[in-house]
Amino acid sequence: MTRKALLGGVSAAVFAVAAAGVGLADIRTGDSLVINGEIQIVTEAEPPAHLEGALSTLYSGWVFRTDETRAMQADDFDNPGMLYVEQGIDAFNTVMGSEGNSCASCHENPESLANVRPSYPQWDEAHGTVQTVEMQVQECQTERMGMEQPYGYDSQQMRNMVALIASVARGQTVDVAIDGPAAEAWELGREIYYTQYGQMELSCAQCHEQNYGNLIRADHLSQGQINGFPTYRLKNANIVSVHNRFRGCIRDTRGEPFSVGSPEFVALELYVASRGNGLTVEGPAVRN
Amino acid sequence: MTQTRRQFVGTGLAVAAAFFGLPHIANAAQLEEAIAAFTGGADMAGDGITLIAPEIAENGNTVPIEVDAPGAEAIMLLAAGNPQADVCTFNFGPAAGSRLASTRIRLAGEQEVVAIARMPDGSFKQARQNVRVTIGGCGG
Amino acid sequence: MAENVVPRVRVPRDASAGEAVSVRTLISHPMESGQRRGSDGNTIPRSIINRFTCEFNGELVIDVTIEPAVSTNPYFQFDATVNETGTFAFTWYDDDGSVYTESADITVA
Repeated sequence: MTRKALLGGVSAAVFAVAAAGVGLADIRTGDSLVINGEIQIVTEAEPPAHLEGALSTLYSGWVFRTDETRAMQADDFDNPGMLYVEQGIDAFNTVMGSEGNSCASCHENPESLANVRPSYPQWDEAHGTVQTVEMQVQECQTERMGMEQPYGYDSQQMRNMVALIASVARGQTVDVAIDGPAAEAWELGREIYYTQYGQMELSCAQCHEQNYGNLIRADHLSQGQINGFPTYRLKNANIVSVHNRFRGCIRDTRGEPFSVGSPEFVALELYVASRGNGLTVEGPAVRN
Repeated sequence: MTQTRRQFVGTGLAVAAAFFGLPHIANAAQLEEAIAAFTGGADMAGDGITLIAPEIAENGNTVPIEVDAPGAEAIMLLAAGNPQADVCTFNFGPAAGSRLASTRIRLAGEQEVVAIARMPDGSFKQARQNVRVTIGGCGG
Repeated sequence: MAENVVPRVRVPRDASAGEAVSVRTLISHPMESGQRRGSDGNTIPRSIINRFTCEFNGELVIDVTIEPAVSTNPYFQFDATVNETGTFAFTWYDDDGSVYTESADITVA
């Protein structure tokens, strides 16, 4: 067998059920998620206008998970991701950098940042670029707090902080702007989403738009929504960032991933976030 | 070093056996040993103990398990297919409100989870449940 | 030594005398099993919480012997009978000799 034929075989095996199209047969839809008995999460929503014809319904990744995994997210005590949020709270109140400031010096409390996660990534006029929450944290640290070495983009400290900023926004509707100055990055992100990468020649869309609900090996493909990030992955027993997940996906296509924090991944994050406009912030969600 | 294709395949199989095969083979005896250490080889009844485990666990790292054996002094949890069979033992004190406990455990692949309760009269009860562990689609 | 080991417990604030209340506990801990290999190929030494106890007003509720098969961030849920107002004392024992404690009060009417 030639190498090409072998790879073709792999592709065919991966999508053994692809011919049947999107299959939600063994996914239980229609259930609602309420966290701590009070935070209403929208797990199924109308797609935004730009997805017309691509998706008929938006599904949170929660919908694709088993009862046990779903239940872990319904109560903060059961959600191990909240341990990292607690570490984020400690860091929020800790002075860092030469200016003698903590996050709390400017932002009072984490709840005051509740409007951040639902609207990011967003255009930053001063920097002339689209910024993610991570970039915004780094900006605060270097430009206002006097830190020479801000948190690394995918460091544990950064993930803790971003998880905290997401946690206070849970239940708020994701609404990232895709027009105006953000349009250029959004277009780039869309192009990346539909580009086939790696030896497996797979695009984001082939799995997460055309085959969500189907099995990839013994696992259900989700729509690849990122409203639950940073997300606690049972596999990692830790919270995982959006860019880390993107990198993992591209690596699994046997491609060479863009780097974490790269303009390509920022653009992809904006585009993928916009595919979830209408769902609600869930981070830190619990996923497999 | 030159290596023929056949040698290479053979090495691969040996490595695979070392990783996946042998721990299971070694474990059957280890499971029996762990059970014997707890029960002293006594017979075990199959009623009066409830083990709740998912039929399919989405990831082997964190599998929720609940066990309930009314009246038990202690309940031992074992995972028959893990490199080491012991998982944990719940010893109940006088202020225990029930003989129910739940935790989250690691399972190295599909296997049987075993719960054994020791009753105050020295008898033992046992429950077993098979748990399939999902092979993830993407390493991510 | 494990970093950021933080115990958390949840018990009801109040209960009626003789009631069995549900107790939930969680401690952030990597529970390094001793089965994994690091990037250098060497086995990462075992480092786990090996025992957990809960007492109410000095009386034992539960004493758990823990092996490496318990997941990262060990979680336990169980019931305790409360006959009077008092305090739960929780203790976690680490392989490295560290002992972590937490307490919680409950009012019994």
